[in-house]
Parts: sequence; structure tokens; C-alpha cells
Amino acid sequence: MRRVLQFGLPVALAILAVGFYQATYVAPTEATMGNIQRIFYYHVPSNIMGLLFPYVNLVASIVFLATRRSNPMRAQAADAVALASAEVTLVFVSIGLVTGMLWAKPVWGIWWTWDARLTSVLVLWLIYVSYLLLRRFTAGGQTQTLAAVLSIFAAVDVPIVYMSIRWWRTQHPAPVFFGGPGTGIDPHMMPAFLWNIAGWLAWGLMLVMLRYNLERKRQQVEQESALRSLEAGQEVAR
Amino acid sequence: MSYARIVWAHLQKDLRLEWRSKDAINGMLFFSLLVVVLFSFAFDPTMAVSRQIAGGILWVALLFASTTALNQTWTRELRHQVLDAQRMAPSPASALFLAKVLANFLFVTMIQVVLGPLFIIFYNLHALGQGWLMALVLPLGTLALVVNGTFFAALSLRTRNREMLLPLILFPVSIPALLAMVQSTTGILTGEFDPGLWMRMLAGYDIIFLTLCLLLFETILNAE
Repeated sequence: MRRVLQFGLPVALAILAVGFYQATYVAPTEATMGNIQRIFYYHVPSNIMGLLFPYVNLVASIVFLATRRSNPMRAQAADAVALASAEVTLVFVSIGLVTGMLWAKPVWGIWWTWDARLTSVLVLWLIYVSYLLLRRFTAGGQTQTLAAVLSIFAAVDVPIVYMSIRWWRTQHPAPVFFGGPGTGIDPHMMPAFLWNIAGWLAWGLMLVMLRYNLERKRQQVEQESALRSLEAGQEVAR
Repeated sequence: MSYARIVWAHLQKDLRLEWRSKDAINGMLFFSLLVVVLFSFAFDPTMAVSRQIAGGILWVALLFASTTALNQTWTRELRHQVLDAQRMAPSPASALFLAKVLANFLFVTMIQVVLGPLFIIFYNLHALGQGWLMALVLPLGTLALVVNGTFFAALSLRTRNREMLLPLILFPVSIPALLAMVQSTTGILTGEFDPGLWMRMLAGYDIIFLTLCLLLFETILNAE
């Protein structure tokens, strides 16, 4: 855990500092929106991470379900990854929602609109809240299996989030990237955008690793106490 | 025994239990009736507005009502360790799930048969679009509610405060389905837009989640 902090924290902070410098001082001011547009450099990377970590959660959950009988040790590690990435997903999606609202108020004149994209991201947020609630409400060994199953349900929602912008008429800006001809950003804005993606990715990975270590320690403590009570039971029986 | 006969045996048992107790249907019927009456106090059901909001009220009432019944659907298997017997039985677990889904589907459909006419009377409705499409939307929507509902009821069966947990995990996943049901119903009632896209989405949702539930049910049943 100390190693993650020693290496990860300076690297993540350094990249984020470069990203901040690029986004605030280097990137040109947007023609129509002005400085408000700079929130884009935080909003979009957060949302990309919010759509990336659910996949980590999904893969870890599938690994857990596949190996829980054959390789319990690996399954426990996978479950710790699943929990860590679910919590980090929730953080990034929350940041994405809040920065989106901060941007929407001056540009659209409203904090929130029930358009397809915003709604889908809100649904994703709600599903991950329910995922963490399920983990809290269940007890014993079944938590991990039930949560892994719910994670597969949650992951089905993520493609709907991405496709929704094309399926429904929407108030959200048309896709900036891969939206066809005429889309894309000024090349001078690209460095700020990429630095921030790299920075938030590093930050997210560091958080996942820290939370993973914490969960592994909790699992260890739980196993040890279970073992101790088992031994105590045998003592009494003898 | 073939798969279909196992499903039929499970279904027969559920229907007989319900026929003798009528717990689920009575509870759901009165509950959804109450929701409809309460909503008509909350929103004044005058002619012009009612067509816009009736679809939403109908489906929210059904969603709430079906949660009350879905909570009971697996609890009755807990008495006398029936569920443990089911787990040890050599029949495929998905057959048990499919039969439960069909049983709940029938119960909710019965509610709709009673609730539908009441709805038309209370909210002064007549469809401006193609009314016969409701005969497609209702079963598709019910299936979407019941498939995930039955699955999550089984999932939250052995948790603390399970009655609380079911809606907490069912509602978020059901939001896209609810949107599709309400939109297609509103499209039919107002005749302002074509409900085709939403009905296709509802059908897609049904297929995706029914497949997912059938594949994962055994994992849920044997989780410990």
C-alpha cells in the first residue's frame, strides 16, 4: 500500500498539474462559450473514466464468478477489484454529473434536463449506488456472488448509455469525437484534453489500488477470525 | 422429464398456491387501485392532461403493485425449506425461474384486465392513436417488469431487510424499460408520435434480460 502511495501519488498529481496548466493557460478560449468551455477538460475525462471503470468491475465480477469454485484465492482478489472499481466508478460518475450541471447552467440556462444522455448516466449512477447498497445489505459469503451478478446487469446499461445519444433526440451536444465530418475539437485543445485523461486515469488507478489493498486486508482479517473461531470450536470439542 | 414439463409442473404448483390463497392478486389489485385513486387526487384528471400522464400513472402503479407481490413470490418457498429442496432437485434451476416468471406474468396480466377498464373510466380515456397496439405494449411491459422483478426478488431473498432491498435494486435497472412502456403508451393514447421505436426497444429489453436472467439464475439460487 505504501508503494502505491510513494509512486502513484506523485505521478498522478504531476500529470494532473500539467493537465491543469494546459487546460487553464495553454488551451485557446472557445469561440462561443468562452472560459466556461474549459470545464470540458474535466467533465469529459471524468465521464470517460466513469464509463471505463464499470468494465473493470464487470471483468472482475466475471472472473470472480468463473473462479469462485476452482480458485477461491483468485476469486477473492477479483472481488476486491470489483468492489474498488465500483466505488471509483461512483466517484467519477458523480464528478461527471456535477461538472455537467455546472457547465449546463451558464450555457443552457438550466442545471438539468431529462435528455437521453444525462438520464442514462444518472441511471448508471443509480445502478452503482444500488450495487454498493446490495453489498452492504447482504451478509456472509453470498455478498460477493450476488454483487457479481448485479454487476453484469449494470454493465448491460453501459452500452445503452453510449448508444443513447444516437438513438434518441437529445439536447446534449452531438458527439464531439467520432461523430462524423465537422466534429472534433481544435487541435490546440487536444494536449489539455489528453493530459487530463491521462491524469484522471492515473488518479483512478491509484484509488482502485489503494481500495483494493484495503479490501484484501479486510478479507484477511475476516478469514483469520473465522479460522480462529473454528480452532476455538475444536478446542472446546476436545 | 422434458424441460417444458418441468416448467409446467412448477407453474401448476404456483397457480394452485395462488388459487387457494389469492394473496398476491388481492394485494396487488387493491394496491394498484389505491395508487390510481391517489394519483387522481394528486393530479387533476381533466380531459386534456389525463391523456399525457395516464401512461405514466398506469405503469408506475403496476410497478409498485408488482413489487408487493414479487416480495412474496419467493418467501413462500422458504417455509418448510422448500427452496433447499428445489436446490437439491435434479431439474434445471432455470425451469423454476421461468415458471415463476410465467406465474407472475399471469398475475400481473389479471390485474391489468381489471385495472384497464377502471383506468379508462377514471381518466376519461380513449386512444387517439392505434389502440390495438396496447395489446402488444401491455404484455411486453409486464414481461419486462416481471422478469427482472422475479430475478431480483430471488437475489434479495436471503438478505437483511429484503422487502426494502428489492425496489432499491429493481427500479434502477428497470428505468429504461419504464421509459419505453410509458412512452409507447403515451404515443398510443395521444397519437402524437409513433410508438414503434419504443416498442422495439421494449422487446429488445425483454429478450436481453430474459436471457441474462435464465443464464444467471442458477448462480443466484446456489449463492451462499
